Amino acid sequence: MANAPDIDWNAVIADPRFQALHRRKQGFLTGLMIFSVVFYFLLPIGAAYFQDLFKTKVWGVVNFGLLFALGQFVVAWLVAFYYSRRAGAEFDQAAAEIAASYEKKGRG
Amino acid sequence: MTTQHRRRATWGLAGLLAVASGAAFAQGAVAPEYRWLTFAVFAAIIGVTMYVTYLAAKRVKSASDFYTAGGGVTGLQNGWAIAGDYLSAASFLGIAGLISQYGYDGFMYSVGWLVAYITVLLLIAEPCRNIGKYTLPDILAYRNNPKAMRIVGALSVITVSTFYLTAQMVGGGVLVKTLIGIDYEYSVIAVGVLMLSYVLFGGMVATTWVQIIKAILLVAASLILVMLVWTPYGFSLPGFLGDVVADPKVQARVAALIGDPAKNMSAAELGQRFLEPGLYFKNPIDQISLGMALVFGTAGLPHILMRFFTVPTAQQARKSVVWAMAIIGGFYVLTLFLGFGAAKHVGPQAIAAVDAGGNMAGPLLAQYLGGGPESFLGNFMLAFVSAVAFATIVAVVAGLVLAAASAIAHDLYVGVYHGGDVVPPQQQVRAARIATVIVGAMAITIGIAAKGQNVAHLVALAFAVAASANFPCVLLTLYWKKCSTGGIVLGMIVGTLTAVFLTLVSPNVTYPKAVREAAQKVFDGEAAKRGAIEAALASGDAVAIAKANTELAALDKAVKKAKDDVAKVAGKETSLLGLEKPLFTLKNPGIISIPLGFLAVLLGSLLFPDRRSLAMWPEVYARQNTGILVSKAASH
Repeated sequence: MANAPDIDWNAVIADPRFQALHRRKQGFLTGLMIFSVVFYFLLPIGAAYFQDLFKTKVWGVVNFGLLFALGQFVVAWLVAFYYSRRAGAEFDQAAAEIAASYEKKGRG
Repeated sequence: MTTQHRRRATWGLAGLLAVASGAAFAQGAVAPEYRWLTFAVFAAIIGVTMYVTYLAAKRVKSASDFYTAGGGVTGLQNGWAIAGDYLSAASFLGIAGLISQYGYDGFMYSVGWLVAYITVLLLIAEPCRNIGKYTLPDILAYRNNPKAMRIVGALSVITVSTFYLTAQMVGGGVLVKTLIGIDYEYSVIAVGVLMLSYVLFGGMVATTWVQIIKAILLVAASLILVMLVWTPYGFSLPGFLGDVVADPKVQARVAALIGDPAKNMSAAELGQRFLEPGLYFKNPIDQISLGMALVFGTAGLPHILMRFFTVPTAQQARKSVVWAMAIIGGFYVLTLFLGFGAAKHVGPQAIAAVDAGGNMAGPLLAQYLGGGPESFLGNFMLAFVSAVAFATIVAVVAGLVLAAASAIAHDLYVGVYHGGDVVPPQQQVRAARIATVIVGAMAITIGIAAKGQNVAHLVALAFAVAASANFPCVLLTLYWKKCSTGGIVLGMIVGTLTAVFLTLVSPNVTYPKAVREAAQKVFDGEAAKRGAIEAALASGDAVAIAKANTELAALDKAVKKAKDDVAKVAGKETSLLGLEKPLFTLKNPGIISIPLGFLAVLLGSLLFPDRRSLAMWPEVYARQNTGILVSKAASH
C-alpha cells in the first residue's frame, strides 16, 4: 500500500459523488452513534435514579429493569444489522464507483 | 516451517511438559484423582492448536504474514477471533461470578462490553482497514509526522497492553491455581510458554486460529450448560428466574448483602431483590464513568484494532464486527443463565467459599450439572470448563503479546530506528520474533513479580487509557481536517497521564491509614458480637445455635482478614503517592480523562498546526471513505 502519487486526492474529495456519499454517511453514522450511546447510558441512569420503574414486575418475577437490560442486547444487534444493511446496499456501491473511476484515471 | 523451526517448536513443547510434570500441586477445585481429566482435555486442545501452529508456521514468510496473517482472514473467521480475543477469563468466569453473587448488577455490567462494539463498528473498523497496515501507530502516522506518531503510538500501545497483560497473567495464574491446583508460578510460566510457542512460530495466523478454537469451545461449553440449566423449565424465563428467587440460599445472600433492612422483608421480597439493581454498584457516577471507558475504550484497544488489518477489505471488517457482536452478545446472554443457575444450584455462599470473587460460579455449576463432586460426569465437566478457561487465558495473552511486539518491532525498530527505510522481509520477521520473546519474557516476569497483588482494576485502567488517549487520537485523525501531529502527541500524553494519575489517587490503591481504621472498627465490635453469639449458643434453641455458628465463622473470618490487612500495611503511613485518603473519589477515571483527552487533541491541533497533517488530509479523507487502492493492495 505505497502512496499513490498518480491519484489526485483533491479531485476525489471535490467530486460531487464523493461529497454526496460523505454527507449521507456522516449524517447516518452520527445519528446512529448518538442514539446508541444515549440508549446505553439510560441503563445505569435508570438503575440508579428510576428504581421504582426498574423494580416493576411485568412478566412473573421478571421486572422492567431485567427486560430493559436484555433489550440493550437486542437494540445493539439491531443497530449493527441496520447499519450493515444500509452500508452494504448503499454506501459500498457508491464508494466502489468512486474508487473504480479514480483508480482507472490514475493508471491511465 | 524449516527444520530449525520444527526443532525449536519441539523444544518449546518439551519445556512446557517439563514445567507441567515438575509442577507442585496444591488443592484445586478439580479433585486430585480427576486432575488427569483436565490435563487430558487440555492436552487435546494443545494438540489441535499446536498442529494448527505447525501448519501456520509454514505460511509465515513476511512481516505481513506475521502481524496480520497476510490480510487473508475472512470476516466470519475474524468475528470469531475477535470474540476469542475479547472474551477473557474476566468475562468468561468473572461476569457469571458477579451475577451469582450480586444478581442484576452483574448482568447490567456485561451490557457495556457489547455496546462497545457499536463504536468500533460505526466509527473505527472500516476506516482503519482502509488506511492502516499492521498497527495502531500506522493509522496515526499516515497523515501526521511518522516518527513522532510511531514513538507516542508505540508507547501507548505498550502501556495499554502491559496493564491488560499484567491483569491477565496474574488473574490467569490465580485461576489455574484455584481450578487445577498447579502452583501460581508454574501456572504463569505454563501460560507464558504456551502462548509464546503459538505467537513465535505461527504469528497472527496461529494466534487467529487459537482464538477461533477457544471462542468456539467457550460458546459450546456455555450452550451445553445453559441447555441443562434451562430445559427443566421448558425454556421459560419467568419460570427459571422464579425458581432462582425462591431459593433460600439466594434469599440468605441478599439478606447478608443489605444488612438491617432485610429484617423487615419477607423471604419472597428478599429473593426478588436479587433481580433488582443496587446490590453491587453503589455509585452511579462511577458506573457511568466505567461505561464510558468500555464504550469508547474498546475502539482504542491495540490488540482489537490489529484484528481489522487481518481482513482484506472494509466490507470484511464490517462483517467481522457484526459477527463478533452476535457471538459476544450471545455469550453474555448465556452468562445470565450461568450466573443465576449457579446461584440457585450451587449457592452464592458455596461459590464464594472457593473463590471470594465468585470466579468459580461457572466451573462449579458445570460440576453440579454433571452430577456433583462425586460423579465422573460432574468431574469431567468441571475438567472441561477448567481446560477451556486455561485456553481462554492463553488466547487473550497471545493477542496482547502480538500487539505489544508489533509496536516494538514494526513501529520502533523498523519505523523509528530505521527511519522507515526498507528493511528486508526476513529481517522484519526476525525483529518481530525477537520482540515477541522480549514481551513474552516480560509478561512472565511481571506475572510472577505481581503475585498476590490486586490487579483487577488494571483491566479497567487499560480501557480508560485506551478511551482517553488512543480513541480521541484515532477518531480525530480519521475525521477532523485540522488534526495535527502536535494534537496527537498532546492527546496521547494528557489522556494517558490523567487516566493513570487519577487511578493512582483513587480508592483503587491502598491507603494504610484507612485500612487500619477499618480494621480497628472490626476489632472494636468484636467483643460485643462474641458476647451475643455466646448467649445464642447457650440458649439451647437449635435454630439460634445454627445461626450463631454461621455468625461465629463469619466473625472469625472478618477478624483474620482485618489482621492480615493491617500486617500488609505495617510500617506504612500513606499510599503510593503519599496520600492519606483518596484525592479522587471515583474508581474509574473515564468521565474526567476522556473529555480531557479529546480537549488535548483539539487544543494541540489548533495551537500546533502542521503542514504534512493538512496536506495528507485529502488522501486520508478520500481513502477512509472509499477504500481506494485497498482492494488492489490486498490482491497482491
